[in-house]
Parts: sequence; structure tokens; C-alpha cells
Amino acid sequence: MTIKDIQEEIIDEFSMFDDWDERYQYVIDLGKTLPLAEEQYKTDENIIKGCQSRVWLHAEEKGGKVFFTADSDAILTKGIIAILIRVFSGQEPKDILEADTEFIDEIGLKEHLSPTRANGLVSMVKQIKMYALAFSAKN
Amino acid sequence: MFDINKVREDFPILNQKVNGKPLVYFDNAATSQKPQVVIDAISDYYSSINANIHRGVHALSQLATDAYEVSRLKIQKHINAKHSHEVLFTTGTTSGINLVASGFSKFVKEGDKVMVSAMEHHSNIVPWQMLCERAGATLLVIPMNDKGELILEEYERLLDEQVKIVAVNHISNSLGTINPIKFIIDKAHAVGAAVLIDGAQAAPHLQPDMQALDCDFYTFSGHKACGPTGSGVLYGKEKWLNKLPPYQGGGEMIKEVRFEKSTYAELPHKFEAGTPNIEGGIVLGTAIDYLNQVGLHNIMAYEQELLSYGTQKLQEIEGLKIIGTAENKTSVISFNIDGIHPYDIGAIVDKMGIAVRTGHHCTQPVMEFFNVPGTVRASFSFYNTKEEIDALAAAVVKAKNMLG
Repeated sequence: MTIKDIQEEIIDEFSMFDDWDERYQYVIDLGKTLPLAEEQYKTDENIIKGCQSRVWLHAEEKGGKVFFTADSDAILTKGIIAILIRVFSGQEPKDILEADTEFIDEIGLKEHLSPTRANGLVSMVKQIKMYALAFSAKN
Repeated sequence: MFDINKVREDFPILNQKVNGKPLVYFDNAATSQKPQVVIDAISDYYSSINANIHRGVHALSQLATDAYEVSRLKIQKHINAKHSHEVLFTTGTTSGINLVASGFSKFVKEGDKVMVSAMEHHSNIVPWQMLCERAGATLLVIPMNDKGELILEEYERLLDEQVKIVAVNHISNSLGTINPIKFIIDKAHAVGAAVLIDGAQAAPHLQPDMQALDCDFYTFSGHKACGPTGSGVLYGKEKWLNKLPPYQGGGEMIKEVRFEKSTYAELPHKFEAGTPNIEGGIVLGTAIDYLNQVGLHNIMAYEQELLSYGTQKLQEIEGLKIIGTAENKTSVISFNIDGIHPYDIGAIVDKMGIAVRTGHHCTQPVMEFFNVPGTVRASFSFYNTKEEIDALAAAVVKAKNMLG
């Protein structure tokens, strides 16, 4: 699936929720089920410090695709990480570089991906792109 | 008589919905809301007397200058300073602390000591660290106990004649602790150390008396005390302000400028370089009038009622732990719920129209002391109600159920 297809699929899933509690509960449940990053990846090297919550991000390249593992100490942040990982992990570097995250607005979670929230997510998206850039330069 | 319904009518911002719910504003320790008289005074200033001060001979400049200086006199009276030129207008608490920390380079030498406390805001730590780095001095920290109270025996033990200045907050922003500043000042003076009190959190609740406290420096922000953003005050004892070098050079702060050497203006202008926040200074006076009209005693009494009601209501929630349980505290409740990150609680209660602060509140050493990543902080003001506290408690329970 392309990044765009996955984003459409997520928008579709969220469209069945009527109000904020249901959307948030879904994100929280995603946060709870996200396969946690192995402790070995939760290093200072992989940390992205937000003012509010912390995010760990690790990337690996296999067969021309980038795979991300991530975690956070806040569960809402973790739930949104789960969504972002679903969108970006396993994609080719050039597709990651071209993609945007506007779908987050459409699923009613815009405030969590705002630069002023300082929860580490905006920096995480930047870091995802940096990894993609680094891997595409290497190839 | 304190009439909460009447008080609430003074604050137009409170009458609105956020995320479809009536706004409950519990982020008062970050900034206070403004009464209509303050909002009107800002508009009146720009509609009727706006002009640059202290330099024009024209009528408007005179009106603006008079209003600015009348405000300085009001503040002098409010904090019982001996002289009006001991009241400096600043842009806020942070700039007041930086002014003093910068000037103290003159008095702090290698091997000297500067003291802060374990519950300071970053603004009352970093400028002193910078001073110590410049001077080769040591920064000492007064420790606190598990309730969030300073350990005064340790303070006395740390004090000696090498300590040049002690910088402590009057009230902690993340814990609400009211510190015994009179005791701190007296003990410091006994070894010849000066004292700066960070009064940012005290200005909206207390009326500090400079002469009774015998304080050397006291600084606060207008915006936390119903005044405009970017206004503030640094009180400094005349003898200190005369000894301190100017902080910033520029217009207004000079007597004569020659390329060989310039001489500086008298107090307070020596420390007020450039065109100040004129409207801010004037309207800060309006805000102080407003607080006095409601009555700081009434405000404190009502807020203590909210504090004990809020403490009781929140403590009923299973797994909730209050951080900061000093005997003597203001209406600030910092808390966490077992196993739940404060950010998650803050984000969910926001969806219910409730504004709380989450995070480390610019006091990372306090969070480290209590071994938490941050807290949820609800800070009540005299325009809040018990019904709003009920709404907070219900929202926290809902957040806990969603997250648990």
C-alpha cells in the first residue's frame, strides 16, 4: 500500500466516530497495543525530547525500505506514534520524503501534531524524514 | 463583602465555551485573566494619551508621563517601598532577576557563593548560574523536604560570609509553598548577604511590605496579577540600586553622553533604558487598584477555601497523589495519577473545556526531586468557583477511566 492509501484508510476508520471521546479512546487503545520498542532502542541516542512527553525513535533499512520502531511515555502520544508508524514504516525513503501529515487534521487530532504542543511528535516527524533522507543519500 | 458572582462579571473571558463546554480556567499560576477595567484602561491609554514619556514638552507627553509616574507611586504605596525611585518598571519577573544577577558581577568574586532554593523556577536559577560561571563562584541550593517545604536548618548551615546573595521565591509556582521569606532575609543579612525575592506567584495573592521585610530586591510580573503582559516591577533598596551598574545602555538612562565617557541618570531612570512599555506600566497600576478594591485579604481567604475544597475533592480520586503539601500554601494543586502520564490527563480535560497546566512548569529540579516526569497543575484564582472544581474532578475521573 502507498502512504496515501494508508492515510485514506485511517481517515475512513476515524469517520465512524461521532465525537471526541470515541476518537481519543481509539488512540488510547492504539497506544496500549503498540508493540513497545525494545528496551535496547530506548536509549538517550534515540530520544526526542518534547517539553511535555518523550519519544524514542529507531530506524532501520531493509531491502530499500525504512522500518521504524518508536515509543513514548505518554499514551496519547504513543497512540499517534502508532498511526504515524503505520503510515511511514516499510516505505521507500523517497516516498517518505514526499509525504505530508495533513491527514491528522482530518481525523481530528490536529492539536497533537502542533508545534506548540511540545510533545515530541513534530520533532518525531522531522526525524522520520531525516532518516529517510539519510537512507536515500546512502543508496 | 466578597461576592463571587459580581467578581466573575468583571472578567469577560470567563463567559465562553471551549470545545463546546463552559471554560474552566485553572491555569492562573501561568497567567491571570484580566478584569474589564484593565482591558478598558489599555484601550483608553491608546485612545487618549499615547505619547512617549519623560522627553516631550507637549501636552500628550506630559499626560502620559504623569500617568506612568502616578502608577509608580501606586506601586510604591502598595508594596510600602520607602522611595518611589526604588520601584523600577521592567518587562516582568525574569528581566528583574536578570538585571540584579547581571549587576552582581560587580560584587561576586571567585570563591564566593550564591544561593538559590530547590524549588525555584528556571528563571531564578539560570541567571545565577550564569553569574557564577562569569565570576568563578559556587551555586548553593537550599534543600526541601517531601512536603515541598524548605529545610531551614540546612539553610542556616549553608549560610556564611562568602554568600553574597540569596535568591528565593516567595511562593513556589509548581508546589504552591509559601516560603518564610522574613526569616530567610534576616538570616542572610546576619552574614552580610543580600536577598532577592522572586514574587511572581505572590503578587496576585499577597501584599508584601518592603520595609517590614527589609528586603533588598523583590520582583514580580504584572500579567500574573490581573495586569498586562510585558509589565513588571523590580523593587530595589536605594543603597543597592545606587551601587549596581546600569543593566542596559540607551536613551532615558543617561545624564550626558560624550564619546569619551557618558554619565548615568538618577534612579529609577538609570535602569530604564529606552522607551518602556508605557501602557503596561500605567495599566499595572489599574490592576493593583482593582486587586485592592476586591481586597487581597478577601482574595486570599476565598482562595484558601477553594484550596481546601479542591484538595479534598481531588484526594477522593483513587490513585491521585498531590505533589506539594506544605502547611502554608496558596491555591495551587499539582498532582499525578498512578501509572498515567500528566500530558494525557491535560489533553483529555482540555477536551472538556478545562485549562490546566501539564509538564515540569519550568521547575525541572522539583520534578526530579519528586521523581515524576511532570505534574498536572490546577491553580485557582479568586474568580474560580467550587462548581468548577467539581467539573475538574469529574473530568479527571473520566480521563482516568479512559486511560486506565
